[in-house]
Amino acid sequence: MHWVSNIIVVLLAVGGVWVARYAASDRYWRESAIQLWRRRRLALVVIGIYVFVAILDSIAWVDPASEANALTSGKPRTVIDRIFAPEAFKEASYSAPLASVSFYGNQPLVHPGKHLLGTDLLGRDVVYRTLKGARVALLIGGLTSLVVIPIALLFGVSAGYWGKRIDDGVFFAMTVLASVPSLLLLIALIMALGKGTVQVCVALGVTGWVHFCRIARGETLKLREADYVAAARALGVSDVNIIRRHILPNIAHLIIITFALTFTGLVLSETILSYLGIGLDGSWGQMIDQARNELSRTPIIWWNLAGASAALFTLVLAVNTIADAMRDIIDPRTRREV
Amino acid sequence: MGTPLLTVEDLSISFPGDGAHRVTVVDRVGFSISAGETLALVGESGCGKSMSALAIMRLVPKPGRIEPGARIAFEGRDLLTLPVPEMRSVRGARIGMIFQEPMTSLNPVTTVGSQVSEAIELHANISGEAARNRVLELFSLVGIPDPKSRYAAYPHQLSGGLKQRVMIAMAMAMRPKLLIADEPTTALDATIRAQILELLRDLSAKTGTAVLLITHDFGVVNEVADRVAVMYAGRIVEEGTRVELLGAPRHPYTQGLLRSIPKPEARGKRLEEIKGAVPRPGHWPQGCRFHPRCSSAFAPCATEEPARTVVSATQSARCHLVAKVVGEARP
Amino acid sequence: MTVLSADALLEIRDLKTWFPIRTGVLKRVSGHVRAVDGVDLTIFPGETLALVGESGCGKTTVGRAILRLLEPTGGNVWFRGQNLTGLSLEAFHPYRRQIQVVMQDPGSALDPRHTVRDCIAEGMDAFEIGAGYEDRTRRVAELMGKVSLDPETMWRYPHEFSGGQRQRICIARALALDPALLICDEATSALDVSIQAQILNLLADLQAERRLTYLFITHDLGTVRYFATRVAVMYLGRIVETGPTERIFTDPRHPYTKALLASIPSLDPARRSTRPVALGDVPSPERPPPGCHYHPRCSVRLESCASVDPPVIAFADGVCRCVLAAK
Repeated sequence: MHWVSNIIVVLLAVGGVWVARYAASDRYWRESAIQLWRRRRLALVVIGIYVFVAILDSIAWVDPASEANALTSGKPRTVIDRIFAPEAFKEASYSAPLASVSFYGNQPLVHPGKHLLGTDLLGRDVVYRTLKGARVALLIGGLTSLVVIPIALLFGVSAGYWGKRIDDGVFFAMTVLASVPSLLLLIALIMALGKGTVQVCVALGVTGWVHFCRIARGETLKLREADYVAAARALGVSDVNIIRRHILPNIAHLIIITFALTFTGLVLSETILSYLGIGLDGSWGQMIDQARNELSRTPIIWWNLAGASAALFTLVLAVNTIADAMRDIIDPRTRREV
Repeated sequence: MGTPLLTVEDLSISFPGDGAHRVTVVDRVGFSISAGETLALVGESGCGKSMSALAIMRLVPKPGRIEPGARIAFEGRDLLTLPVPEMRSVRGARIGMIFQEPMTSLNPVTTVGSQVSEAIELHANISGEAARNRVLELFSLVGIPDPKSRYAAYPHQLSGGLKQRVMIAMAMAMRPKLLIADEPTTALDATIRAQILELLRDLSAKTGTAVLLITHDFGVVNEVADRVAVMYAGRIVEEGTRVELLGAPRHPYTQGLLRSIPKPEARGKRLEEIKGAVPRPGHWPQGCRFHPRCSSAFAPCATEEPARTVVSATQSARCHLVAKVVGEARP
Repeated sequence: MTVLSADALLEIRDLKTWFPIRTGVLKRVSGHVRAVDGVDLTIFPGETLALVGESGCGKTTVGRAILRLLEPTGGNVWFRGQNLTGLSLEAFHPYRRQIQVVMQDPGSALDPRHTVRDCIAEGMDAFEIGAGYEDRTRRVAELMGKVSLDPETMWRYPHEFSGGQRQRICIARALALDPALLICDEATSALDVSIQAQILNLLADLQAERRLTYLFITHDLGTVRYFATRVAVMYLGRIVETGPTERIFTDPRHPYTKALLASIPSLDPARRSTRPVALGDVPSPERPPPGCHYHPRCSVRLESCASVDPPVIAFADGVCRCVLAAK
């Protein structure tokens, strides 16, 4: 299945270039991007690093038979795998950061002083595992948002613009979903769909679209009454074109901010799911879950938790900071006129 | 006449602009109002008239700033140097203010009676029944029919005209010496506007309150004002009595404004227009700010700012052409 | 009784727009806001008919009903002899080219995210006028010249223009479809006095050049006297008087028209207007007074005015909806 993720990386790259070119050509987005860079340089760099690591962890290929060794033959290995060579870069069990002996029993390590954040129960390097978690986090946050937002937009804008029956239907669905405690619904869905990346994404998506749908609907209701929409109708512009030309561009700022906030919400939700044992493999949530037992030991084994929490905290903080700045920059009402 | 009730001197207000420098929106404005008289401050949008009025109450919104050197003397005291608690007692008790939009100036969740009563209790030492009676008195003063039942009404139950009367009642509650009215009738219907203007005229006569009326409508000016000051791009370009300014304006801008108002005699002919548009603060032209749009502009207009030329005891204009004409008329 | 004038451009008979008031848990309809309550209007080609009234009288609603921006509840609308009533929105679509609108607030009538070129070309895109992007851009440049805007600025955004310039953009946008009837809905009310004069001059020039017909909806009577050929006065959803402009101003028939005219402040320093003639406040259209809607504020009302709907008295030059006009 590694070629699926390779293709996705290529698609993302192409999509990224296309978005960048569109943003550069439109003055509003170009200026917003420049403003964002000026105000939140550090956060953008941090996120860039995370994205870079995640991409590195998505590009995988199988070594041809001639170069394979016994440990790695036939399995696709990502770039991160190749850098860290985890099959060889491991210990027997726990070891403290930069230690030269194992945590229990003080046995000499295979790679003394090389594990920056120590090793976990199975002797795997914690830095390696933390880096691997980046891909999972971006997958959960990013991919799910990319699916949730268009669906929420479709329902929300339709409900807001055409009202009446469509609005009643969407409103009913939204209210029903919002009345069920989302955590319980999540658990139920995952138990029904089974564990797995796609299943968890779907479950999170089903419980996540309501919030943005409501916002999109409200904003559309408001925009529908704008004078320029009335003018467009008087000019003979069709409903679909009104939505395309007037409504969607004027809620684009909301979409972007919602994307950022949904992203962090999803990443944190996955952490909770891991706590319940139904999260994704290799995620930071899983590492934190495993740390539960470790914390109650004496002396405390803290490096597993530290690595995952620090990575999680930094990512969420960076995205939230950018979302806050973006809210001021791209909301047409608070923008200072050029 | 004695000293005027209010004297504004060298008032300048600036706002932050792009980069380090600030943008001036009101530039060395000065005027005075005597007790009991009504001065109309007229101009189009962006000329700085509302901001000047807010400065008197020290309510200029941040990040705006009154530049040092300004002086606002009210009843002999400089308002700009008063400590805040004293200024607060001036506001509402000695100077009242009413705004353009009565819909948004009233609290929608309390009755209008209690809002006016609150204003009274804040400044006077009365409360309860005495305050309520005072409110009913005020409602009669401002012509609100059936004051007792209106006392318990909520703002949304009242029409625009009635709401504006409530605002006037609140502003007049402590019998202030000066009432500042910022476009008080712009948002009202024509027939209601006439009623409110008549009310303002009568109130001023009855209570001796001076009125500073901010407006863009010369019709309103004619109905209510004793004296008029015309503002353009942050400066006062002409002042005079109502009769002088409406009958024989000297500044080309005032003349242009009055001529561009559609009159029945102009039917079938093109309206006289002032070409171009009002320059935005920060983009004011050099020299006389009106010169690019002025059909009478000549040599000094593009380079020198005109000084104030006194035309008569009561009329003055800031214009090179007027200065030239007046200079030539003198023997 | 419907009498269709043979040469009328637009004819409206008994137009009604009633908005239901829903109360209670079950949202039962407890009554109606009769925003427009039986309006008759005739507009002839080449004239400027002013529809005047205060807020809540329904004049803007009449304009929106003609444009099918909201659906009338009753009555008929004819355009060039064609009955537009009951046409579906798709069937009405071609008529949108002929009837256009300029609205009150140019700031909100232009999408802040579109360039001026796109704003003006929007109607042309919808009706596929012109041979493509380049051709439409050329037409936009032409139109901008007609409304005294620099065509070079077509790539800028509306917020970079002044209020008066934005209104010119809106006018250019409406003209792009080459309409026969232009509805000006308070088109000059939000502008400064000196800009109003510019826009009125522009509208007059365009009317002469393109033989446009205007429905000029406004509350500003001063402009009406200068600009309009005929006037229709509305009060609480009904037309109370119509007639040629000069006659309306010099010899009004209806008491409300008289009160409205008396409330115009004069600009003559020698003359301040007399006391206002209309008493009390404009009632809300949700609860119009019974009988003649104006009777509570009327200084010459009779006993019968509180219960009997006033008849529409026809004169040679207009109508008047008042019992006293028959005398």
